[in-house]
Amino acid sequence: MSGQKPRTLFDKIWDAHVVETLPDGTALLYIDLHLTHEVTTPQAFDGLRQAGRRLRRPEATLGVIDHNIATDASRYTGIVDPESRVQVETLERNAAEFGMPLIPLLDQRQGIVHVIGPELGRSLPGMTIVCGDSHTSTHGAMGALAFGIGTSEVEHVLATQTLLQKPAKNMKVEVNGTLPLGCTAKDIVLAIIGRIGTAGGTGHVIEFAGDAIRALDMAGRMTVCNMSIEGGARAGMVAPDETTFDYVRSRPMAPKGEALERAIAYWRTLPSDPGAQFDTVVRLEAGDIAPQVTWGTSPEDVLPITGLVPDPEAAEDEARREQMRRKMQYMGITPGQRLQDLKVDVVFVGSCTNSRIEDIRAAAAIARGRRVADGVRAMVVPGSGLVKAQAEEEGLDRILREAGFEWREAGCSMCLGMNPDKLTPGQRCASTSNRNFEGRQGPGGRTHLLSPAMAAAAAIAGHLADVRDFQPKGTV
Amino acid sequence: MQAFTTLTGIAAPLPKANVDTDQIIPARFLKSISRTGFGKNLFANFRYKEDGSENPDFVLNQEPYRKAEILIAFENFGCGSSREHAPWALLDFGIRCVIAPDFADIFHNNSFKNGVLPVKLPRAVCEQLMEDARMGGNARITVDLEREVVVRPSGEEIPFKIDPLRRHLLLNGLDDIGQTMQRAGAIDAFEAKRAAAQPWLAAPAEAPATPPGA
Repeated sequence: MSGQKPRTLFDKIWDAHVVETLPDGTALLYIDLHLTHEVTTPQAFDGLRQAGRRLRRPEATLGVIDHNIATDASRYTGIVDPESRVQVETLERNAAEFGMPLIPLLDQRQGIVHVIGPELGRSLPGMTIVCGDSHTSTHGAMGALAFGIGTSEVEHVLATQTLLQKPAKNMKVEVNGTLPLGCTAKDIVLAIIGRIGTAGGTGHVIEFAGDAIRALDMAGRMTVCNMSIEGGARAGMVAPDETTFDYVRSRPMAPKGEALERAIAYWRTLPSDPGAQFDTVVRLEAGDIAPQVTWGTSPEDVLPITGLVPDPEAAEDEARREQMRRKMQYMGITPGQRLQDLKVDVVFVGSCTNSRIEDIRAAAAIARGRRVADGVRAMVVPGSGLVKAQAEEEGLDRILREAGFEWREAGCSMCLGMNPDKLTPGQRCASTSNRNFEGRQGPGGRTHLLSPAMAAAAAIAGHLADVRDFQPKGTV
Repeated sequence: MQAFTTLTGIAAPLPKANVDTDQIIPARFLKSISRTGFGKNLFANFRYKEDGSENPDFVLNQEPYRKAEILIAFENFGCGSSREHAPWALLDFGIRCVIAPDFADIFHNNSFKNGVLPVKLPRAVCEQLMEDARMGGNARITVDLEREVVVRPSGEEIPFKIDPLRRHLLLNGLDDIGQTMQRAGAIDAFEAKRAAAQPWLAAPAEAPATPPGA
């Protein structure tokens, strides 16, 4: 292979999956794993049915129910909302009709699609992974090329196990140095989005690199890759390394024994070659990052927790000033206000961004021996039944419940306002989810994005708070 | 898919950047299992007040924009969620073309699959077209995909570019699944080669789940 042009991680995975290249440069790209859920698939299965088509590779497909189910005990007695019930039953019926493996709703392995893929060992390094969900970028933490697709593309993959794609541009985001106390992967990715903006990664696949990324555990890498799409990039990835391989080793659906060793030998060839060219490079110093929180209605509207609500009059042009005024009005905040003075009504720890066992440990470490402030509803929603069981084995549920948090069943919950967990108009929420768009958590709801530890601190304080003022009490 | 050739119609101005897909169609309306019927909830959080009545200040509740077939907006249109319900909602309302300085990738893809044409034009041009659109029912805008031009009410023609393959599919209303299935032989060969080189990809070590009823 000597003399070959140095390639990036993305280039290598892309090249290994091109079935054919069409004359105009569009690739027919092979898809190794297709994850499905109830919201973005009914119309795709309908299309297959109408055309008399079948699933090309049912065994490369895995379905799970996550978006619109309740996260309280009501799921055990049947889904109350009639439309949600129809959507869930439709996925179950389609799975049976087309022979698609589906994790049953009441199975302990049920959970958010982007939590269970890696957790079960289904998402592996070097794979191409798609799902009808923009946060599919999460699986890029495994060293895979993973991106969200629309329902027409879901149908295309179900029928052909391929997609028609143009190659993306390569972007490298390098984070070097040591992350200060109180900062997490969430703070890294919010700081990155603050730097590049919500469209900064459009048309690109981001490779997250640098020693601060290498130092993250798999949960942290998933948090970072998850929010690539909030920076406009369809996919984010981290090169596979020993941390990745150790994670894969214990997963039930992952290869074992000799097959695994052979796979690891291949995965070791995937990291970007020295001298590989990136179209765009962005560098951040981890040491400069402080605990982050969003103030507006776009993930790029982010500041350190010690900051003040910005002044629209300082913006460069009238269009931007008007946009900021609109955001402030929606969020119910005024220029110059201290972010730490913003009282919260609801605290949500969960979502495909931050609902893994490490996230729940971080929230519990702050909650231990403390109480949720009066008038605050605080909820913790584990990302899967397995995360929930693990947390209960570690006694984290008890710590959280004693502090006044609700301890709930796995699902997407209050991330997107399509199940019973929603904000009411005007409610302010400290949320570990990924989007602070207008109405995202319910019409009129006001979302501040932050890390699980910061969310727990806000629950205790009753307002946005600096986690660095909350030393853990004892050990968890 | 309905072909897109030339469209002449009323354009609605939406002078906003970062119009995300949660704004286009909020998640609580994604529960339908059909592709149609989403139009009534297009921009629901802007179009309706809390009591469900129409918000007269929102452009699509005003004449003549209730019949708009073109939407003009600013940067990063369609960012956020991958939901194809966004182009479905636009289409169901009657909008077949969105003109903006740029689009988020997934929305851009999804639009082409549904016969909704996303046209990228520089911000300054979008501002001019927005002024045209504000003139209402007498100022129709033409979008000609065959010739790749937008025609302003004044008759001025503004060229745009669309990826040739996408343009071909859209002009002819072609279903790309059928096209890909004609390449089944190449996919078979790829799979065989891959199964030999990377046997761990063949099937998961543990059967994930039994299909219900199987």
